[in-house]
Amino acid sequence: MQRLILIAVPYAWLLALFLVPFLIVFKISLSDVELAIPPYTPTLSDGLIQFFQALDFENFAFLASDDLYWKAYLSSLQIALISTLLTLLVGYPMAYGMARAPEEWRPTLMMLVILPFWTSFLIRVYAWMGILSQEGFLNQFLLWTGLIGEPLTILNTTTAVYIGIVYTYLPFMILPIFAALDRLDGSLIEAAEDLGCSRFQAFWLVTIPLSRNGIVAGSFLVFIPALGEFVIPSLLGGSGTLMIGKVLWEEFFNNRDWPVASAVAVILLLILIIPIVLFQRNQQKQAEAEQ
Amino acid sequence: MNRLSWFNVTSLTLGFAFLYLPMVILVVYSFNESKLVTVWAGFSTKWYGELLGNEAFLDAAWVTLKVAVLSSTLATVLGTMAAYVLVRGGRFLGRTVFSGMIYAPLVMPEVITGLSLLLLFIGIGLDRGVLTIVLAHTTFAMCYVSVVVSSRLLTFDRSLEEAALDLGCTGFEAFRLVTLPIIAPAVISGWLLAFTLSLDDLVIASFTAGPSATTLPIKIFSAVRLGVSPEINALSTLMIAVVTIGVISASLVSKRNSLRQQRDEQAAARA
Amino acid sequence: MPESVFAPWDDPSEEPLIRFRNVTKQFGDFTAIDDLTLDIFEREFFALLGPSGCGKTTMMRMLAGFETPTSGVIELAGQDIAPVPPNKRAVNMMFQSYALFPHLSVYENIAFGLRRGNMPKHDIDDRVAEMLKLTRLEKFARRKPHQISGGQRQRVALARSLAKAPKLLLLDEPLGALDAKLRQATQFELMDIQEKTGTTFVIVTHDQEEAMTVASRVAVMDEGRIMQVATPEHIYEAPESVYVADFIGDVNIIRGTATPLGEQRYSISHSADAPPLVAVSERPFATDQTCHLAIRPEKVSIHAERPDGADNAVQGTVLDIAYLGNISTYHVALPDGQVIKAQTANTRRVSRRSFTWEDTVWLSWTATAGVLLAQ
Repeated sequence: MQRLILIAVPYAWLLALFLVPFLIVFKISLSDVELAIPPYTPTLSDGLIQFFQALDFENFAFLASDDLYWKAYLSSLQIALISTLLTLLVGYPMAYGMARAPEEWRPTLMMLVILPFWTSFLIRVYAWMGILSQEGFLNQFLLWTGLIGEPLTILNTTTAVYIGIVYTYLPFMILPIFAALDRLDGSLIEAAEDLGCSRFQAFWLVTIPLSRNGIVAGSFLVFIPALGEFVIPSLLGGSGTLMIGKVLWEEFFNNRDWPVASAVAVILLLILIIPIVLFQRNQQKQAEAEQ
Repeated sequence: MNRLSWFNVTSLTLGFAFLYLPMVILVVYSFNESKLVTVWAGFSTKWYGELLGNEAFLDAAWVTLKVAVLSSTLATVLGTMAAYVLVRGGRFLGRTVFSGMIYAPLVMPEVITGLSLLLLFIGIGLDRGVLTIVLAHTTFAMCYVSVVVSSRLLTFDRSLEEAALDLGCTGFEAFRLVTLPIIAPAVISGWLLAFTLSLDDLVIASFTAGPSATTLPIKIFSAVRLGVSPEINALSTLMIAVVTIGVISASLVSKRNSLRQQRDEQAAARA
Repeated sequence: MPESVFAPWDDPSEEPLIRFRNVTKQFGDFTAIDDLTLDIFEREFFALLGPSGCGKTTMMRMLAGFETPTSGVIELAGQDIAPVPPNKRAVNMMFQSYALFPHLSVYENIAFGLRRGNMPKHDIDDRVAEMLKLTRLEKFARRKPHQISGGQRQRVALARSLAKAPKLLLLDEPLGALDAKLRQATQFELMDIQEKTGTTFVIVTHDQEEAMTVASRVAVMDEGRIMQVATPEHIYEAPESVYVADFIGDVNIIRGTATPLGEQRYSISHSADAPPLVAVSERPFATDQTCHLAIRPEKVSIHAERPDGADNAVQGTVLDIAYLGNISTYHVALPDGQVIKAQTANTRRVSRRSFTWEDTVWLSWTATAGVLLAQ
């Protein structure tokens, strides 16, 4: 009896507030505009009948025909991919430095990496608006050094979005790589040097392959949320930066086209399934390897 | 492995500068006299004064706090239950679906979670307000709580529970008297995580909030869309200060506890 | 015709392969190696023996190139090796943890060092095959390190470090991770491989039995200094200090004052109410000099009655009996409280054992059974 309650309560909660809403999105993505705009009162019993009657793929056909959506999906993928690579380039040397730091520093360094994660995401993105704007601190600094003659336009470009993603998701990249490097047995590097490797060869042939799991995990942890990102492109990106999260938001709040918004959501999810499954598999393989 | 080369030192220095400089600038310029955020015109705390006089912000902050406390508490209860079911529940019908529903929200884009919950609330005719935000936040936060708690439960020595049962506890008593006190740190960090996630959330709250209830992130977002403002800098500084103090004092407490334990063990070993 | 004994250390014309000259190594305030001088010769199987923290691992890591001496010179074949980085040294090391690369197969682990040079592909194949054969690992070439047993891993580590045919092979507690039975078998295997390849081996161990079994010479170390370097027999039979006598095997130490009797014979008074003991020593002692008589338990015999004509005989009561199957060790308390251990081979069944707890017995040993030590 106790066990039943224990299972039933969280189960019912998630069914009602996660799975059911999800099915509604599916349903609406297959409906006409008139039917889906509130009040879509026909309740459950009629709803089901209407659901099958009204089933059509118009919204998806619309998405396919309008190249705005194609471009948005592709550019989301591109932005997520490039920013993941950039995050790796920034994050790996940091994780490596942390792993080589004296043992007693490491908890502090870890805390320094995690601390920004506890501060508001919105504020961290907002902080860059003042830095990247035309008269912002970066331009002031570059003008002062004389590297540039007139201010660069960075805010409201895709570059700003890259910077924003790298900045906010950096901890996700550093932590799994650091975990992998921290576990790495130092005598493996010495063995490689003993067998004739230079420092760099030992790094390339031993350190990199053995931190592979951390690299993969970190990359997915950045790539997956970056793909559906909304706040960063809407604050740092300009009108030229197309990201699907932003499109969905605008479709919903500005155009009030719920079926299209739902269809956009469904496709975004379909795109996400592949990296999510790959990520799960990587995690599982790692867990098995550790046993 | 611990020979720091100049390369390591440089990458750590640059990396941490990259992580912290933007926030340092934000904090420093919140004390700027000028309305122009990027031009220093002298020290002043006037923006803090204006912020505290701004009713709309204060209201939003109050709503956010209420939502965060309610939803994180609910999420902790539900998430701990879910973790227990996942780790100790054995087999039951629909277990795969259940664990899928626990992990899916962690990777789900917020726009989709928000959209789907909004459609549900409209579908069942629930007025949007504090309640709907709490429901929404509880749902995704409980998944984070359950991940944190279940990772602790996995390393938990099962024979402790069995010993409790052997000594005459009922299942629930064993949980309350043995399991819960031991996993308490994980439950507390789950609560803290849920609390910050709720405080922090913009996207889901934007979908599920109605005109009667606006949270602080929604308020900040609509303000910063128009550009950088010194008032927001002041607000950000306050939030950063609260988090920094919280995290540092939490880590100091845990460090002191582990030091005390070490000392006690040494003392006991000498006795 | 007797084979000539392998003892290059006794031959003054022989050039050592490795020469430590006044080597000191400090880590901050801590002195790991203290002004150490030592020669190791080609084809030797040399053991560094000592408790943990005695500096033996530091010596090995200096040979491998992972540490540099604070002062002094280490020569390999007449060359100062201080400026040579580890990857350029003709020295290979077998790590205590084995340090096998988990992402590479057994084959690739063994080939790893060979691929660093310009060796042609088929030569690498041949060499790896040879190594696999030497260590009887042919069947496991394709496996990853976590798919083989501990003993096999140990052999992979050995094969990998031998593959480059180093002038010198360093083994850091090579058998520490194996269980007792496997360890014995592996000790003989190591000696066999050392003989076949003719490589100079330097082994670090804290297990005295292991050092005695495998080594041509043993260096007993303590706190960064070498206490004695000698063959295993010599170390056991003729320790130069109480520390070495105590570290290697079981020993009784009786403290007393010496009185020369002439012809290298000394009388040792050790207790007010017992007659003095007699011992022979090549090392001279002055009258009333403090000395320590070290006697191995197996050289002390135990009797029910006072034996006739024994150089030394003492009476005591049996305190404890440690039955080890093949032998028994009797702990006998003398009237002044000192406990002497005596060992007898169990050629009879336990039930017919002649002594039991609380029995009064006599212990005896000859004048040459013990070693008289100054410190």
